[in-house]
Amino acid sequence: MDHRAAGLTDGEALATYRWMLLTRRLEERLALLQRSGAFPLALSSRGHEAAQIGAALAFQPKLDWWYPYYRDLGAVLVAGSTLLDLMLSSFGKATDPASGGRQTAYNWGDRRLNIVARSAPVAVQVPQAAGSALALRRQGSRAVVYCSLGDGATSQGDFHEGLNFAALHRAPVVYICQNNQWAISVPFGRQTAGGSVAQRAAGYGMPGITVDGTDPFAVGAAAREAVDRARRGLGPSLLELRVARLDSHTSDDDQRQYRSQEDLGEAAARDPLPAARGYLRREDLLPDDLERQWEVDILSELDGAERRAREAPDAVP
Amino acid sequence: MAVKSYIDAVRDTLMDEMRRDPRVFVMGEDVGKRGGVFRATMGLIEEFGEERVIDTPLAESAIVGVGIGSALAGLRPVAEIQFADFIWPAMNQIISEAARLRYRSNGDWTVPLVIRAPYGGGVHGGLYHSQSVEAHFYHSPGLKIVMPSTPYDVAGLLRAAIRDEDPVMFLEHKRLYRLIKGEVPDDDYVLPIGKAEVKRQGADLTVISYGLALHFCLEAADVLAQEGISAHVIDLRSIKPLDRETILEGVRKTGKVLIVHEDNKFGGVGAEVSAMIAEEALFDLDAPIARLAGPEIPAMPYAPNLERFYMLSPEKVADAMRKLAAF
Ligand SMILES: Cc1ncc(C[n+]2csc(CCOP(=O)(O)OP(=O)(O)O)c2C)c(N)n1
Repeated sequence: MDHRAAGLTDGEALATYRWMLLTRRLEERLALLQRSGAFPLALSSRGHEAAQIGAALAFQPKLDWWYPYYRDLGAVLVAGSTLLDLMLSSFGKATDPASGGRQTAYNWGDRRLNIVARSAPVAVQVPQAAGSALALRRQGSRAVVYCSLGDGATSQGDFHEGLNFAALHRAPVVYICQNNQWAISVPFGRQTAGGSVAQRAAGYGMPGITVDGTDPFAVGAAAREAVDRARRGLGPSLLELRVARLDSHTSDDDQRQYRSQEDLGEAAARDPLPAARGYLRREDLLPDDLERQWEVDILSELDGAERRAREAPDAVP
Repeated sequence: MAVKSYIDAVRDTLMDEMRRDPRVFVMGEDVGKRGGVFRATMGLIEEFGEERVIDTPLAESAIVGVGIGSALAGLRPVAEIQFADFIWPAMNQIISEAARLRYRSNGDWTVPLVIRAPYGGGVHGGLYHSQSVEAHFYHSPGLKIVMPSTPYDVAGLLRAAIRDEDPVMFLEHKRLYRLIKGEVPDDDYVLPIGKAEVKRQGADLTVISYGLALHFCLEAADVLAQEGISAHVIDLRSIKPLDRETILEGVRKTGKVLIVHEDNKFGGVGAEVSAMIAEEALFDLDAPIARLAGPEIPAMPYAPNLERFYMLSPEKVADAMRKLAAF
């Protein structure tokens, strides 16, 4: 989607890509550190960046509340977590703001940023997000709640219970399903009858919108509309962002066991990073020197964060 | 001082707390116009409106999940599970979420949520309206579990539960709702969670119980007193945290312990209490620890004679006490 048609300035379009690039480089560094034995788990968000950044930028950090799921690295960065915060979590250090080293990484949380401490069971956040949204509204806050999950998680009862509750009470919450077509090794076709997550929203009387999740501008436009609805008291929405999972489920998984070469090839072709970059280059918005500068800056931020995380004090029981 | 039934103590305390603190609200199935199937929330919707008395969909996981989310965002929800028998769909939200949020966020987030649930048998409810559920939650760190036996304790402990920063399971024996009346002061008293009460001083044996069974123990103790056996009776009131001092003091006083609960014996509260006594006061015992509890069958049966077989009674307790006293 043309970024102007999505209501973005050139500067905002560039900033969107900058966030995507930061997410990608952080993800790559975490994967590298995991492979080198620095910590036991890495969980890739590669392929989801456009969806995560496009959606998250529609929210207001510090005002809004966040229930991001484990793959939502991009949203957590936009919400305000720093590279250091996230490194501390992976290294399991005392100063990890999510849990002080108690939880495995990717269980985000930061009270100062209204990121609710998440856990591993999928979809538990769906009714919780509805509850927070209702409570915030009752206390006069204008906050909207961001709540994300994968496509597999929509099979849980809590998904239905939570959406129904949220819709009944017009809770100011936006549900963001990042549909990468896989729940570990189970494909969407074996997970979800009817072939659509968004379609379920109709049953709850809320808008359900399917968006190409590799297009950050299209996602942004849909998300801004949903956030706006919620903020104006018109209730929740469900966005289904269609993305490709470029990597295995986690570093403990090998997707070559269950995905065909052809499928993996098609997924790789839907990598949102080269697509967004190509678009900005074609539009003459992303000069070589700016791109080079970003890469240099991000590299040094990552090096700094990694060094400080390694030096940070160990967690205490 | 007013004399109130157990259920009135629940309702009046909810009302007081909602008047005192605008953050407090109740939610659950049929808690609005109907006032709850047991009438524990009668009159609340008239005074506080639909925003603070929420008739929820028939969805226990959402009741607890929404409760957790609103507690995290600054409110004080009191979530009612209509019957404890139907709490299982909410298990994941209670154990994985409510009980762990403080720990997993290194103390940054707390869940000031009360989950009220009527439990227990003797009401011809059969398998699915009679269960005792406490042992299933008892094992999970991060939860407090209160099981009051008198209107006085209901009021003082429900206040404490609502004001607590952490999740509290408030289990109300439904047979007691209208069976038991008692004096309840009008003031704003709070009883500490985790403190047992000695209901009767005695020298020959110590009986430890809670809920409806506690009343059977007191009746049995009266009968035994006439036979010259003096029983020391403790009401746990909260089963988690456990009041170790009061229990151990009772053990040391008589050297004989009988633990009585309606819930079945295997892996029940009595197992933990007796293990704790064995660890800390074995050499003060003059007899093996005895337990009287529900039988090991899947749940409480319906037919009146079968229900009587399942349920405890003052007679069954008195028999167990005589046996232990004679040891
Ligand atoms: C209730 C529950 N059951 C099983 C799991 C184990 N598990 C973790 S992630 C996952 C797949 C989830 O897939 P999806 O929701 O599509 O998200 P994705 O990982 O693809 O982004 C499973 C089965 C879990 N975390 N929670």
